[in-house]
This record gives sequence, C-alpha cells and structure tokens, in this order.
Amino acid sequence: MTSDHAADIDRHVRVYITVFGALMALTIITVVVSRFHLPVPIAVSVALLVATIKGSLVACYFMHLISEKKLIYAVLMLTAVFFVALLALPAVTVHNGYWIH
Amino acid sequence: MDIPYTVEVRRDTGLTNGKIGIWLFLASEVMLFGALFASYILIRTGAPSWPRGDTILNVPLATFNTLVLISSSVTMVMAWASLMRHRFGTFRIYMGATILLGFVFLVVKYFEYSHKFENGLYPSTNNFLAIYFTLTGLHMLHVFGGMMVNAYFLGPGSKLWKTNPEWFTNRVEHSGLFWHFVDLVWIFLFPTLYLL
Amino acid sequence: MTEPAAVAAPKPHIAHEVPHEALGFWRKYVFSTDHKVIGIQYAITGLLFLLFGFSLMMLMRWQLAYPGAALPLLGRLLGEARMPGGTMLPEFYNELGAMHGTIMVFLGVVPLAVGGFGNFVVPLQIGAQDMAFPRLNMASYWSFFLGGVTMLASFLVPGGAAQGGWTSYTPLSVLAGTGQTMWLIGMIFLITSSLLGAINFITTIIQLRAKGLTFLRFPFFVWTQFVTAFLLLLAFPPLEAAAVMQLMDRVAGTSFFLPSGLVVSGQVVAVAGGGNPLLWQHLFWFLAHPEVYVLILPGMGIVAEIIANNTRKPLWGYRSMVYSLVFLGFMSFIVWAHHMFMTGMGTAMAAFFQTTTMIISIPSVVILTALIISLWGGSIRFNTPMLFAVAFLPMFGIGGLTGLPLGLNVADIPLHDTYYVIAHFHYVVAPGTIFALFAGIYYWFPKATGRKMNETLGKIHFFGSLVCMNVVFMPMFLMGLAGVSRRLFDGGASYAFAQPVLHLNVVSSWGAWTLAIFQIPFIFNFFWSIWKGEQTDGNPWQATTIEWAAPSPPPHGNFPVAPEAYRGPYEYSVPGAAKDFLPQYEA
Repeated sequence: MTSDHAADIDRHVRVYITVFGALMALTIITVVVSRFHLPVPIAVSVALLVATIKGSLVACYFMHLISEKKLIYAVLMLTAVFFVALLALPAVTVHNGYWIH
Repeated sequence: MDIPYTVEVRRDTGLTNGKIGIWLFLASEVMLFGALFASYILIRTGAPSWPRGDTILNVPLATFNTLVLISSSVTMVMAWASLMRHRFGTFRIYMGATILLGFVFLVVKYFEYSHKFENGLYPSTNNFLAIYFTLTGLHMLHVFGGMMVNAYFLGPGSKLWKTNPEWFTNRVEHSGLFWHFVDLVWIFLFPTLYLL
Repeated sequence: MTEPAAVAAPKPHIAHEVPHEALGFWRKYVFSTDHKVIGIQYAITGLLFLLFGFSLMMLMRWQLAYPGAALPLLGRLLGEARMPGGTMLPEFYNELGAMHGTIMVFLGVVPLAVGGFGNFVVPLQIGAQDMAFPRLNMASYWSFFLGGVTMLASFLVPGGAAQGGWTSYTPLSVLAGTGQTMWLIGMIFLITSSLLGAINFITTIIQLRAKGLTFLRFPFFVWTQFVTAFLLLLAFPPLEAAAVMQLMDRVAGTSFFLPSGLVVSGQVVAVAGGGNPLLWQHLFWFLAHPEVYVLILPGMGIVAEIIANNTRKPLWGYRSMVYSLVFLGFMSFIVWAHHMFMTGMGTAMAAFFQTTTMIISIPSVVILTALIISLWGGSIRFNTPMLFAVAFLPMFGIGGLTGLPLGLNVADIPLHDTYYVIAHFHYVVAPGTIFALFAGIYYWFPKATGRKMNETLGKIHFFGSLVCMNVVFMPMFLMGLAGVSRRLFDGGASYAFAQPVLHLNVVSSWGAWTLAIFQIPFIFNFFWSIWKGEQTDGNPWQATTIEWAAPSPPPHGNFPVAPEAYRGPYEYSVPGAAKDFLPQYEA
C-alpha cells in the first residue's frame, strides 16, 4: 500500500464512490423486497443474496480484499470453512435429534 | 530495539505485521458474530413460531442507520486515501465525519432501545428480543470501540503523522479495516433481524 | 538488489521506546514488554495455579476415599459453611470439582504451555528480537492475570465459586449463585488474553523468522505453537459469545438456554422460555474440543525437541509430523459433538461426528509413532528432560488409545460421564502434557537462568511422579468400566454396583497425596538452582536450534547479531562433520 502513487489513489476514489452508490441502491432494494412479504425461504434467500453482494463490495473495495496478499486470503478461507461449520452443524445436529425445544 | 516490518513490508509475504494482525483479529470477530448468528439459526428453527422483524422493530429507522453506517465506511476509506495523498487537513475532515456518523448511529440506536423499553419490550420478553438486543448490543459495543480508536487517531494519536507518516497511514488503514468490518456485520444483521 | 536483512537497518523512527537500561523496576520486571519477562510471568503464575488446582483435587480425594469422614486439622480451617465439623458438604465438593477443572485447564496448563513456553522460546527459536507486538503481549498477560484474580475471588462470594463443572452446562449454571457470574466474567478476561496472544504468535512466526528459516526448517515446537495459535484464535470466540449469552440469561433474564416449562424445586421458573440447553453445549464444545489440542500440542513440541537433542539424531518423519499436525488442527474444529453423543442426536449426525473423530486419531498416531521411531538407533542420554519426554510417549499412548471407545458413539453409551472419561483425559493431560511441561522446564531452565537444575532431585521427581500418576489414574479406568459416574460427591459409595470397586478410590487418593510429596524435590530444585545451580554456557545440551545461539540468559533484544538459518533444525550426527551436531545457526 505504501507504494501506491497519486494516480492509483484517484482511481481507487472513483471506485469508492461507485461502490457507495451501489450499496445505497442495494439497501433500498432489500427493504423494498421485504415489503412483499415473500414466503420465508424465498425471503431469506433473497435477503442473504443481497447482503452477500453488499458485504462483498465492502470487503473487496473498502477493505481492499480484491488486491490482498495470498496469506490473508488463506486465513480468511480457513475462517470461512469454520464459520460455515459453526452456523450449520449445531442446528442440523439438534434437528436430526429427538429433543427440539 | 526495532521490531522489523512495522512500516516496510516483508518481501516474501508482502505484508506488514500490523496488516496481518488486524486481519487475524477480524477472523476471530467473524467467529464471534458467527456464534451469535448460529444461535439465532438454532433458536429460530426450533421455535414453534417467530415474529417477522418489521412487526416488532422499526425498519425505517434501521434503514436510515444502515445508510449512515455505509456512509461512514466511505468517509473512513476516504480518510485513509487522504493520508495516502498527503492531505492531512482532508484526512481530519473525513475522519471527523466518520466519528460523527458513528455517533449518529449510536443516537438512533438509543432511541430504538428506549422506545422498546418504554413499551415493555425487554431482552427477557421473548427470544426474538433476546437475540435482537444481544446481537445489536454487541455490535454497538464494536461501533463504540471503533469510534474511540478513530478519535484517538484524530486527536492525540495524530502526532505520529509528523514523525512517521507511513506508520500513521498504516495504523489508520488498520483502524479502517475494523470499521468496515463493523459495517459488514451490520449489512447482515439488518436484514436478518429487521426484514425476515 | 540484495534481499533486505531479517532485522531492519536502524530507521529514523521516533524514540517511542526508552533504552532498556533506563527503565525503572516496574517497567523492567512487572509491566515489561520483553517476551522473556512476560514468558516467565506466565510460567510462574501458571505453575502457582497448577499447584492451587492440584490442592483443590487433593481435598476432593479425601472425600472420595473416606466419604463423610472429618478431615483432620485442615477440615476445621475451611469453615463451617463448607466443611461443618470437618466433613465436606456436597456443594463444596462441586465447587472443588468445577474449579479444579477450570483452573488446571485455563489458568494452569495453557498459560504455562503457551504463555510461558511459547512466549519465552518461540522468538528465540526463530531468531527474532521479540514478538511482533510487545505491548499487546503485555496486555495479554495482564488480562490473564485479571481473569485469574476473578476466578480466585469467586470463592469468596456468597454461595461460593462455580459448582456446575468446568463445562458450566445450562440450565443448572443459569440458576446458580454469584460465583457462576464471576466464572463467566473470568472466562471473558481469559479468552481475551488468549486471542491477543494468538494474534501475536501467528504474526511473529510468519514475519519475524530469521533469514533462511523457511517453514520446513522450523523446530517442531514452533510448528506446534503456530497451529495452537490458530486453534485459540478461531475456536475461542464462540465460547466468548456463549458466555455473554449465559450472562444475559443470568443477569438480564433472557432464555437463550432455558427451555419452556422449566420447574425447579416444585416452582415454575418465571422466564419466557423457548431456549435450548443444547445450544450452550454446542458453543462450549466448539471451543473445548480444539482446546484439548491446545493442551497437548505444545507438549508434543517440547517432547520432539528434547528427543532429537538427546538421541543425537534428527527426528524421524519430520515432514509427516508437520503435515499431520496441520491436518489435526483443521480436523479439531469438526469433531466436537462426540462430547454430546448422549444428548439425543440422531444417527446421521452421530455417524458424522464419529467419523471425523476416528479420522482425527490418525494424525495423532502418526506423530506419536514418529516420535517413538525417532528413538531407534539413537545415542540416548537419559537426563531428566529426556526421562520426562520418553515417559510422555507411552502415557500419551494410553490416553489416546483409551479415547477411541469414547469417540465411537455406541461404545460411548456405557462410558460417557464415568470415571473412564476422567482416566482417559487425565492420562493425556497429566502424565502427558504436564510431564512434557516438566521436561521443558528442566530443558530450558539453563537458557533462562544460566544454570542447570540438579539431576538427582530431577530423577527423584521423575520416578516418583511416574509411578504415582499411574497409581492415581489407572484404577479409574476400572471404576468407569464398572459404571461409576463422575462428579459423584461420595465417589459411588451409595450405588450397589459400585461396591466392588470402591476401594480403588482409596488407592487413587493415596496415589495423589504421594504425588504431591514427589513435587517437593521439584519445587525446591527450581528455586535452589536459580541461585546455586551448576553454571552453564549458552548451549549446555549441545543443541542445534537457534535459541541456543543466544547468551544464557539472553539480553533484551536476544541476539547481539541477527542470526541466520543455514540448515534444518535437527542436524545431529551428520556423517563427516567435526562434532556430533551442526547448529542451525552456524554457517
């Protein structure tokens, strides 16, 4: 990062403004879609999809992940695997079982 | 004694110590909020019924807050970009804006919470509210923490700009990464709690 | 353009640090940012907590051997609230049990193994001046210290310390007294300490290693600390979240873990309900399973170093050991529900967790086998560190093998929550990890102090401890197989099926009290040798790894000249070499 030149920064700033616009728009979209009160599975899928797009924009461009080094990607990939396991396995295990509260 | 790679990157990794450190910290935060989201999933899927977010929570206010937080992310990255362009004055404006927007977010949440309490809606009332208050409460603590760090870099910490501008820029970048992460968590929190 | 040196040339930084000589007593020895001082702080504090946790257990063993009998002398001192007339109340037994586990795991073993050995040795072994974030390191230690103080203080509140096991299962722990709240707060301090430490270790190992020190030239000890740090970083946060949620249940009246329709002592509990006790178990074990690998890996690393050094041979299968270690670390995140086979999970998920658990036993076996094969053909020196390191092998073997029936969901049915489980995990941690930690103390003591510990006292400590550990824990396998449950305040005395094995409680208790006696030579040796031990040079064990290039003890900054690695970590008995070892740091 310390080797970036002024022209690079200008390009980055244009990207930031574009992403800002996209994030605002996607926020409005997700709120508008929620007013339709879609069936829960569809509502969840759409909401998560929009959130993932927004989150990816923040991560890739504001957090510069799109041009990060391999080591950072490796740490985050590893974290992602465990994150998914944590989100999925407890609920799946409880529902596969006999006691549901 | 000088710890190497505080400012200059190590050749084979291409990274400074601080950059690795902050990303490792963020990885642990992913697991922290992940546990709360996992709890949400387990409780909600096991519940006989679950209220839709907009029947209990204030969606317009939270939408406004979402836009506030997104804006603060932009001002944060612009603050860092200003330092990269050696415009210290502009940095101060953007950093100040970031802190101010964070403060607005907290004020809105204060109104949201007090409105709940006034209507007898507490974390103990039901599990929807329990997870709502815990998730947004923990998130709020992170917003507050981020604001404190940013205020330090706007205030007493900014002295470092004069003696070691590169190190200062890196530290602001790392603080920015934390701030963007806090925004990222809200991007998922908002639809999960308010819209579903 | 030549590659920049591992240590940066002096840069025009501002003097953000006062030269070390000018620091006062407090900044130099108490609030120090030097990894060696912090490592010693962690080690001493950890050892004190180990002693305290051991004492709690020795009290428990009186009640188990002689249920209902008055404890002479000490019984009266503990007060009427806990030991009326010198006889132990069940509540006190539960306090002792919960705090013994909590203190040994979180305040004793991990701080010593990771905070102590990790902090002191890793920067030296990779040729660095200090950790990447020295001030964060200091914050880590003091956060641990605050957590420890909170845990100790919990004994003094009304109702006493936590009593729901180190596992704090809900809903019992939600309904418990103030001591449980302090347990939760203490855990938050301890988890914070570990997270900050993990960030430091990972960054330091990647970034501050010496020139020429590639990952596959790391001493195995560095690899174990590296993987351990990832386990701490990614597995602890869910327990922190769970602790916050349990605090919410206890203090804010939420029902995360309280099911609907809960009745306690004939009274309906006035909460919203709808929570799930299993949620706590999932979040707890998500941490606590990787935690057991945190408990063992640094010990394996220490044993590896000492075996290579005292066989005068390279480790056999270094690469397989490294790959196994990394695979083990990864798998450790997806086996946790083997602690929950009895919670009513369905056959599909039980099969999933059983399978991952069986798979994870493979890398463990690879590492243990490689260490055993490493002994073959060696010129073995049976000094005290080596005795402990070699004993680790069969002890960990017993611990590991006895874990297999527990990991198979059907075999676990009669064994879950019995003394068999206690025997299994104590074999791994007590004559396993703790022996490895003793080995490490005897091995690295000369580096930290410039003096060796006494060999005769060391051998007494070793042989006595080895025999006593087995006397304490081997009978417990039999008790568990007979069906005696753990956490019973009378040791099973009120159960008919337990009568034939009850005498084993007496055997274990006398084993434990004798084990305590054999720690006296160690404690005496430790302090006596600091002043009167045989003085040594920088490398008394003729070892190859980089820490031995530094003076004993190393100064602030560790190495007068930045070291470089020229070869692998275990170049012992290289054919044609002038001496029987080629240090990693010699050109």
